[in-house]
Amino acid sequence: MPLVTRAGFAPVEPVDFVAADAAAESDGEGVGVDLPNHADPQALVALFDRIALIRIAFPSSSDGRGFSLARRLRQLGYRGRLRAHGHVISDQFRHALACGFDEVEIDEDLAARQPEAHWRVSGQPQRTYGEKLGRRPVAPPSE
Amino acid sequence: MYRYDEFDADFVRDRVARFRSQVDRRISGALTEDEFKPLRLQNGVYLQLHAYMLRVAVPYGTLNSAQMRQLAMIAERWDKGYGHFTTRQNIQFNWPTLKDIPDILDALADVGMHCIQTSGNCIRNITADHFAGAADDEIDDPRPTAELLRQWSTDHPEFAYLPRKFKIAITGSPNDRAVTKAHDIGLRMVRNDAGEPGYEVIVGGGLGRTPMVGKVIRDFLPKGHLLPYVEAILRVYNLLGRRDNKYKARIKILVHEAGLEDIRAQVEADFAHQMAAEGGPMVAPDADEVARIAGYFTPPAWDDLPEEDAGYMAARAADPVFRAWTDVNLAAHRRPGYAIATISLKPIGAAPGDASAEQMRVIADLAETYGHDEIRVSHEQNVVLPHVRKRDLPAVHRRLREAGLATANVGLISDIIACPGMDYCALATARSIPIAQDIAQHFSDPDYARTIGEMKIKISGCINACGHHHVAHIGILGLDRAGRENYQITLGGDHTETLAIGERAGPGFDADQVVPAIERLVDAYLALRDGPEETFLMALRRLGIAPFKVALYKDGEHDRAA
Ligand code: SF4
Repeated sequence: MPLVTRAGFAPVEPVDFVAADAAAESDGEGVGVDLPNHADPQALVALFDRIALIRIAFPSSSDGRGFSLARRLRQLGYRGRLRAHGHVISDQFRHALACGFDEVEIDEDLAARQPEAHWRVSGQPQRTYGEKLGRRPVAPPSE
Repeated sequence: MYRYDEFDADFVRDRVARFRSQVDRRISGALTEDEFKPLRLQNGVYLQLHAYMLRVAVPYGTLNSAQMRQLAMIAERWDKGYGHFTTRQNIQFNWPTLKDIPDILDALADVGMHCIQTSGNCIRNITADHFAGAADDEIDDPRPTAELLRQWSTDHPEFAYLPRKFKIAITGSPNDRAVTKAHDIGLRMVRNDAGEPGYEVIVGGGLGRTPMVGKVIRDFLPKGHLLPYVEAILRVYNLLGRRDNKYKARIKILVHEAGLEDIRAQVEADFAHQMAAEGGPMVAPDADEVARIAGYFTPPAWDDLPEEDAGYMAARAADPVFRAWTDVNLAAHRRPGYAIATISLKPIGAAPGDASAEQMRVIADLAETYGHDEIRVSHEQNVVLPHVRKRDLPAVHRRLREAGLATANVGLISDIIACPGMDYCALATARSIPIAQDIAQHFSDPDYARTIGEMKIKISGCINACGHHHVAHIGILGLDRAGRENYQITLGGDHTETLAIGERAGPGFDADQVVPAIERLVDAYLALRDGPEETFLMALRRLGIAPFKVALYKDGEHDRAA
């Protein structure tokens, strides 16, 4: 289960993910939340301080809901880590980064078909029309 | 017109390189067919019945002569010597091979053209009034906005994998030549009470299987708020649009099912959020960039001319063929002594919208010599020279005649929109081009056509309605009934600012019964109209559909199996 970040492939560190409603009940810090791409992010706003990582599901590379959901979470003020999870292809990496994701979690099969080099090319910084039109980054990359 | 700067040029080259890499990775297996397909479509490569089709973007329908000549070269070198202008102001090549496509893309990039986002579930080529910057009824030039939207939507990171395709059209004139109410988003440039420029924003229009008239979601949006507002609409659609059924995936269905009020509330909330963000909305072009874009659309260096030109008047008096052409194919220009000339791509008996390489070169030459180097493609599949001095019209007409491009039928019964239909399209249930040819042939007498007056016939080869038959005065929809082509007729559609969806007249007709059916409708109209000033559509609105139905089905002259 490789994790793709701007720096390349890395192993996925173990995180216990909970669903959004369970997150509300847990009182710990550093919670990881699993979100389906049709979730309403509004319910999470009150918990943003306690959430360390939100993972948005991509059931298929042709389903772009996750991009808008990420954008909306950032718009609502979420500053923690944001991960795309599932069927995201290397060509979409730059889109994911531009929408506020920090990283992508893919399965071994996809990582074998689309090795690190493919993701590196996609993730390279480049000038976009968005920037040309004054688009600011969605969120500063988290540390 | 807009000229590529270094950034645009680099972007397009980079995109071609990216697509080459994607093709390579498809071949190596790094990309599966499912993964590759959206990438292929977003680069304009569409799989058709016989071959790949390449759809080239003509942003808001504007071309210069060098670009038109390059299209001619591509048609000759990599296709069968012609191209097909579409209802979305694009041009399609129907016979390229997959291996040639990256080279074609490079050839397009040489003249600042591309195929980006002409297919696929993304924001498509932005369309605009084809008379922009020339029409005498224009309030504001829509092209700077269209160009701004083109840049904003190109490779937008958030909106490349929408539930379905997304089409935006804009008009700067109260006479809507851009069919804004039949688009996912339609923009009409307006002024508020204080005289400030802005947009009326229309959402959820569309044709296809479920035709809908767009609804006003915001009656006045200040000009500077356009991008965040459009972004809010797209975000709501991307999150909530249906993905379970591709025929219910357009924003029109979302607006219909959720209700305009609900969608408006969500869009306004997202918009408000963007506007309230620290530092303002995320996408906010600075005034310099907006001014830079607008600077490309300053009017050409007009001559100061009297409204009427003696040579032009004399040619009109002397040559009835020229006179007929000027009566029918010209539109009023904002400058005295100028005219907007529409070149019909509907010569009698040809496939609507097709142009040969040779014809493209003639059009390019004329634009260069007489037309300030500007060419437009209209959604009615014709080509426009937007700025021609009246005194040059006789020479223009002479050259068009030699090239078989002087058909005087713009807006008349033989100026038919037809989708590719069974001849090219894998989804077709019937032919459409041959039906258009039959009708044009039947009404080929120019005097008769002018007696009939303004008439919009549009033909689609299946219920996807690419031929826009829903908004035709007489719409024709080709279906398959037990292996036999059957043509359904709709009446009373309208594609202008008074947009209306035509009403189905009744049972369909066999292919060879379509022309007689149209003839019965025309005869009924001529008998019923108040006078030559009352067009077919006006008569239909005054009298209702009933008398036309009677004419259509008298003597049971339709497919009896229906
Ligand atoms: S209307 Fe149908 S047949 Fe015509 S181009 Fe569209 S999908 Fe093809």
